[in-house]
Amino acid sequence: MEIKRLEDKFQKRIDREERIEPKDWMPEAYRKTLIRQISQHAHSEVVGMLPEANWITRAPSLRRKAALLAKVQDEAGHGLYLYSACETLGIKREELIDALHTGKAKYSSIFNYPTLTWADMGAIGWLVDGAAIQNQVPLCRTSYGPYARAMIRVCKEESFHQRQGYEIMMTLARGTADQKAMAQDALNRWWWPSLMMFGPSDAESPHSAQSMAWKIKRFSNDELRQAFVDKTVPQAEFIGLTVPDPDLQWNEEKGQYDFGEIHWDEFYEVIKGNGPCNRERIAARVKAHEEGAWVREAAVAYAEKKAKKNTEKAA
Amino acid sequence: MSERDEWPLWEVFIRSKQGLNHKHVGSLHAADAEMAIENARDVYTRRSEGVSIWVVPSHLIYASDPGDKESLFEPAQDKAYRHPTFYDIPKEIGHM
Amino acid sequence: MALNTSHDTALFKQLLALGDQSLILGHRLSEWCGHGPILEQDIALTNISLDLIGQCRTYYAAAAELEGEGRTEDDLAYFRTEREFNNPQLVELPNGDFAQTLVRQFLFDAFHVEWLAAAQHSPNPLIAERAVKALKEVNYHVRFSSDWMLRMGDGTEESHRRAQQALDYLWPYPGELFIPTEFEAELAGEGVTPDVTKLKAPWLLRVKSVLEEATLSIPENEHVYKGGKWGMHTEHLGYVLAEMQSLARTYPDAKW
Repeated sequence: MEIKRLEDKFQKRIDREERIEPKDWMPEAYRKTLIRQISQHAHSEVVGMLPEANWITRAPSLRRKAALLAKVQDEAGHGLYLYSACETLGIKREELIDALHTGKAKYSSIFNYPTLTWADMGAIGWLVDGAAIQNQVPLCRTSYGPYARAMIRVCKEESFHQRQGYEIMMTLARGTADQKAMAQDALNRWWWPSLMMFGPSDAESPHSAQSMAWKIKRFSNDELRQAFVDKTVPQAEFIGLTVPDPDLQWNEEKGQYDFGEIHWDEFYEVIKGNGPCNRERIAARVKAHEEGAWVREAAVAYAEKKAKKNTEKAA
Repeated sequence: MSERDEWPLWEVFIRSKQGLNHKHVGSLHAADAEMAIENARDVYTRRSEGVSIWVVPSHLIYASDPGDKESLFEPAQDKAYRHPTFYDIPKEIGHM
Repeated sequence: MALNTSHDTALFKQLLALGDQSLILGHRLSEWCGHGPILEQDIALTNISLDLIGQCRTYYAAAAELEGEGRTEDDLAYFRTEREFNNPQLVELPNGDFAQTLVRQFLFDAFHVEWLAAAQHSPNPLIAERAVKALKEVNYHVRFSSDWMLRMGDGTEESHRRAQQALDYLWPYPGELFIPTEFEAELAGEGVTPDVTKLKAPWLLRVKSVLEEATLSIPENEHVYKGGKWGMHTEHLGYVLAEMQSLARTYPDAKW
């Protein structure tokens, strides 16, 4: 009975748009789902560094080199804010990283695709960050305080990412014939995976209903996807690129774009681990972690030695 | 993974150049205080000048009870986060 | 502007060399992005990389303007060959493990901070202004790399071994930092840039002090590898440039 009363009170707080903070009572399921969602978001930022870091050493101008490096570094920072928010729920970063490395935790499917050309840097910034922003802005009002505050920080920094990506695409689309072809090719490869980023239709999405009730999730997958398409298609048209969807059409009645069927089997294959780069991405993260073990150990050992010296001095 | 490579958690408080007081901005892992400050500069201030940084090991923070008196399951006046894991259970005890 | 005098030519070469040095080291550090031992340190290393690339851009911009032939910073970075780069060999060496990267960084930072501290007093604003700004960043770099020397040297047995190994491998390289090229000698003679021969003593003092505290031994090999500053590089620079310049060179007429 007690638990039921607490759950009712909790839901009333949610309905009143009150923020839930780390020490507040919360249903165990709420805590678990938040850990899953926040850590998945954090893992996505960190794994998401890899496809873009792939082009830092080959960036074709110093300005682009610096901007790309700064962008990827921001993503590391975002991962850090999110791990930090997640740790307030009573879990250690080590556990979260272990879950990622052993395949127990997921990250956004989009980062399992390869970055084959420089134009992919434009496509990722424009489409992938664009999709992420669509998702993230509503999260600034999510019910869990530390998550909302982390998202506010992330959103502040995110707008430069999308602008940078779009500017790269625009420069390429207005450049040489080779550059324009490079841009179109990147759009062709990244368009559908970006739409898949929003996840399957909510009817098929197992966690959606409860997440909406707890105001962890504020809009449905389909709503977010539609908003993304409506915003992005004119952007493509503006720079003379063609969205690779023969069924794309403006629907005057509905005031939005109709678009083609998404091939969800591709999405599920990638989630299962069969995307082009799943194994490489995880291998890279595992390698960094394992090769970094001696570094982390050295820092701990040194800190302990220093602390000991200080106590001896004080004595 | 040995425990000898885990860096403790630190809470970061920043007072901006024009600010009047330090605000809690988040946390990070660092092996010692110097590193915590350097990392806080890197992550939370992006190296802006004239900013004041405080870092505190998370386990040293004592937090008040949440307003709701119905929260029977939380210890009073205790740590900042909900967390079985913030209590150091000796390895010998096993999983708890 | 144009290179009308011997002084102008020397200054141009100096600015170019300063740019090369920062670019190649910044590029090497950027290779760590996404692969650091912990997220916080990934951010720290890339911050240093960004500082260095930023410094490079200010030097290249000044060099290009001085030259007055319409070359851009990207022409200088992407369309010169190995033998035209005047960075010291130290900065083009591979990252190796975290120890090799940080020992390389420390040996360079200890020199860089001395050079900038002297250069900030240059009567030539092209040098002085850049040095003042860079010094703020490099004071942080040398603190960061010094701290890591201590953590590695006086950490665990493994970290100590790796740091000593890195030190033994890298020790012959910093020597060329203190040997002036012709253009360095000319400018130092005019008091425009520091006399690098005079920087060796303070460098050694700082290095010895840190190594001692880190319980690391000064390698006995006194040989100095020199050549980078004169365009004679290790085999590594060729690969660095091949990767760095590949896309720009594939489409030489493109704007990015």
